[in-house]
Amino acid sequence: MSSDADELEVSVWRGDNASGRFEDFRVPAQENQTILDVVSWIQQHRDPTLSYRYACRVGMCGSCAMMVNGVPRWTCRTHVKVALKDNRISIGPLRNLPVIKDLATDMDPFFDKWVAAEGMHHPSRTRDDAIEQINPEDASRQEANKGIECINCSVCYAACDTVAGNDDYLGPAALQRAWTLYNDAKDAGKLNILEAVSGKGGCHNCHSQGGCSHYCPNDLNPMAAIAGLKRASALSFFKGRK
Amino acid sequence: MIRPHRTHALWYAFILHRISGVALALFLPVHFYTLALALTDPERLDGFFRWTELAVVKFAEFGLVFLLALHMFGGLRLMALEWLPWSDRQKTLAAGAAAMSFLISGVFLLRAI
Amino acid sequence: MLTVRLYMLQRITALLMAPLVLGHLAVMIYAVQGGLSAAEILGRTQGSVAWFLFYGCFVVAVSVHAAIGLRVVVHELMGLKGTLLELFTWATAAGLFLLGGRAVMAVTLS
Repeated sequence: MSSDADELEVSVWRGDNASGRFEDFRVPAQENQTILDVVSWIQQHRDPTLSYRYACRVGMCGSCAMMVNGVPRWTCRTHVKVALKDNRISIGPLRNLPVIKDLATDMDPFFDKWVAAEGMHHPSRTRDDAIEQINPEDASRQEANKGIECINCSVCYAACDTVAGNDDYLGPAALQRAWTLYNDAKDAGKLNILEAVSGKGGCHNCHSQGGCSHYCPNDLNPMAAIAGLKRASALSFFKGRK
Repeated sequence: MIRPHRTHALWYAFILHRISGVALALFLPVHFYTLALALTDPERLDGFFRWTELAVVKFAEFGLVFLLALHMFGGLRLMALEWLPWSDRQKTLAAGAAAMSFLISGVFLLRAI
Repeated sequence: MLTVRLYMLQRITALLMAPLVLGHLAVMIYAVQGGLSAAEILGRTQGSVAWFLFYGCFVVAVSVHAAIGLRVVVHELMGLKGTLLELFTWATAAGLFLLGGRAVMAVTLS
């Protein structure tokens, strides 16, 4: 294991959407060290102008994802030892999103698509009605449960080649959210959801490459959720609803 | 083309499906054109068939049969993934599709030579 | 660049073609031994309504299927969109249908 070396060789992307390059740094190696620790060390000890984003540092907030040696990762929970290749690490901004500066990407397209996929609650009752009782054993509840641990980190969005090739494509996270709500008994927007995911950027553009499910740090399976949307929309198509 | 984020099994299944699909679509006009010679110029069609007796052409035919079988089995796998209840055995199914395609095109090659 | 409509067309033609491809593979494996000849093919197919329907369905399905498939590829890899993408899709479908239809006529009409 090459992490026995005293220092790590780290290249960090510097620049914005228009131009930039990788800048090399030597960072002291520690026994326990995450990629986010490495980035923070550079910012604190070598270059205070390095821009990056993080908040919780424990894998809950979804703000620190970056490309590490070419693959998308949540950097606060990625140990250096996992990602290190020949004592080197390259750290870049998330793929498929505009770069604001250095390692900070503009997440607007990601969240705009979340909304475009109807990834918001469509109430079925008012505040005056009794709260609906949900059976946790119910099949649709179980299906919805599979997607609720998404932290919106955009790792799946950065891993997806369909997002890279098709500007309109809503992407794995937004579509998984749509599928979760579709299965939620308390959501009254099933038809809105199916319509939103059936357009030119909808779930039918997915090629089932499975990068989303392969890289999801929370072990969710957006590919299966998108397959669920395809199945639901195909059934709806046969029933002549659309 | 094969970058770090594209090294998982299902990405290879995708790229094989895409390459086979594009290759078959490009081959089809040639296929249709030569078959139409049966009506317009049977002599030339038989001349073409004599050309296909060459070992190198036989091997190219094996490749085409492999791509056709691969695209069909791979496509059936995708439709099963999309429309049947979810299965976690996608890697196995993709490998099975490739194996079946190899088997069928292998039988074709053995019959052809 | 697929809507639900194009997706369903793509999948329905695929399902239709699965048995046709299996049949085509079987015929190829059967017919390739001992070499091919125009007379052998025409002897099997000429004047046969069954082969006309078999290959006719095949050509219609593959024209639609390949046009939609290539549409996605040129959009994702070359950025073709809008009217140009629609033209490309229709031209591919029409071209394959015409060439394929001509080939089916050539080998099945007596």
